[in-house]
Amino acid sequence: MNWTALTVFIVLFGFIAWLGFIAAHWRKGDLSKLHEWGLGGRRFGTFITWFLIGGDLYTAYTFIAVPALMFGAGAIGFFAVPYTVMIYPLLYIVFPRLWSVARKHGYVTSADFVRGRFGNRWLALAIAFSGILATMPYIALQLVGIQVVIGAMGVETSGFAGDLPLVIAFVILAAFTYTSGLRAPAMIAVVKDLLIYITVFAAIIAVPIHLGGYAKVFSSIPSPKLLLAVPPAGTYGSFSAYATLALGSACALFLYPHSITGILSASSARVVRRNAAMLPAYSLMLGLLALVGFMALAIGVQSMPELAGGFKRYLNNFAVPALFLALFPSWFVGVAFAAIAIGALVPAAIMSIATANTFTRNIYREFINPACTDAQESQVAKIVSLVIKAGALVFIFALPLQYAIWLQLLGGVWIIQTLPSVMLGLYTRFFNGWALLLGWMAGLGLGTWMVASNNFAPVYPLHLAGIGGFPCYAALASLVVNLAVSFVVSLVLNQVASDRHKDATVAADYA
Amino acid sequence: MSGHSNEHRPVRVVVWARLLLLLPFVAMLWVSSYDRAEPMLAGIPFFYWYQLGWVILGAAIIGFVYLVER
Repeated sequence: MNWTALTVFIVLFGFIAWLGFIAAHWRKGDLSKLHEWGLGGRRFGTFITWFLIGGDLYTAYTFIAVPALMFGAGAIGFFAVPYTVMIYPLLYIVFPRLWSVARKHGYVTSADFVRGRFGNRWLALAIAFSGILATMPYIALQLVGIQVVIGAMGVETSGFAGDLPLVIAFVILAAFTYTSGLRAPAMIAVVKDLLIYITVFAAIIAVPIHLGGYAKVFSSIPSPKLLLAVPPAGTYGSFSAYATLALGSACALFLYPHSITGILSASSARVVRRNAAMLPAYSLMLGLLALVGFMALAIGVQSMPELAGGFKRYLNNFAVPALFLALFPSWFVGVAFAAIAIGALVPAAIMSIATANTFTRNIYREFINPACTDAQESQVAKIVSLVIKAGALVFIFALPLQYAIWLQLLGGVWIIQTLPSVMLGLYTRFFNGWALLLGWMAGLGLGTWMVASNNFAPVYPLHLAGIGGFPCYAALASLVVNLAVSFVVSLVLNQVASDRHKDATVAADYA
Repeated sequence: MSGHSNEHRPVRVVVWARLLLLLPFVAMLWVSSYDRAEPMLAGIPFFYWYQLGWVILGAAIIGFVYLVER
């Protein structure tokens, strides 16, 4: 047991929990209204939004999984960087429009927008359903980050007693989310990011010094891992895999309910635009952190006997914690691990709030209790946020970790199917609501089949006539089919049964 | 409300500036242009520093477009 690290860890974690509870009084609002509890009253300025969206998108799981992928698979894992380069032009162009129309009509979720824009409750249900389904395994994976670092400090993480630290962490999370709503993760995100930045900079400065420079780090990486394999004739091989993974992930990211919650909680469309220019600071950090996976490889953590147990239990996810254990003093290990664990709490809180908003607005109020009061609506959301977290906990304890990883992968394929309704819907009312629903079904079905028939690998070995082999991220390939179906069916339906009169928004709402 | 028309740049300038936002997509999707080790920068292969460089360049482009549109 690493007592020094554990003590630092517990002190920092306790501080954060305290912060989460007092956040309820910050910029005080009437928390019995959904937009106050679930969107922080749409009052966050440039600075807080930066921390909030940053903490929301760059999750603890990302910080564990991206370096782990570099560690295990090499260059392909670096797709996280082009992915995050492409998300911000999209954020800049598309999402201020969503903010504006949402503010105007009081929308809290993307399904709210789709309901208003297309006047089709079943399409809105499909959007809500995709969001909830895609986010739940994502919340579960945040737990993995906490589990790995707790285990790395020598705390037994198997059996009932081993589950206890995770249960405690989640009870704390659930309690402050319930009482403070989105204000809690917003406040915690500021502290969490300071810790993360300290940790990452320590790693990218101290480790190369220890090893004798970056040249040494890279020269000790075996060449198949250093670069993407040049595709053989007749296929785009790893190139199309890399590019489509990056583009597909970029298209999907801001469709997740938790991303949209972060965007809609901003105080103006201009705050969203400014953040599109400022958030890449996190991408830079993520890119550097990806290289930490290579550093772990370079110092050979996988062959250190004292770390063998960790690798056996957590596989490559242990790469980053192992590097810290091998190189840093115990007290700093405590800081770094607290940064990762708190880094899990922020997105887990936002994700559960976002899913709760979606369930409450688009399922409870739409289908179960249309006459509910504001206070009832907010109360249902609070309770649902608890249920969702309990579900994530059961998920992690009762099912093999691999299931959560597969479902999270499928989540990306499912959520991207909402792109035509949400992102294109912000620009055009050409599409017919029923056509979009059919496109959504086609994309969802095809995408799920592509992933499942391919042993849950994200890249499907596509073969295009006239082009040859074009390995493609299943989310992107299925999105193309979704778009084609939505387009063609809209052409027909607009002639025979146009639903354009059901649009509750007007052009001026988007500016 | 048209009293503040001087705050808004002509539409054409805005559109041109927004086209710049396509550059990060072109650069990042053209994988064969950067999948190589040389030239190295401080011991870091091209593949890595080039893409990290685009994180900064992409942010600069968005910042520029924001300033033009403001």
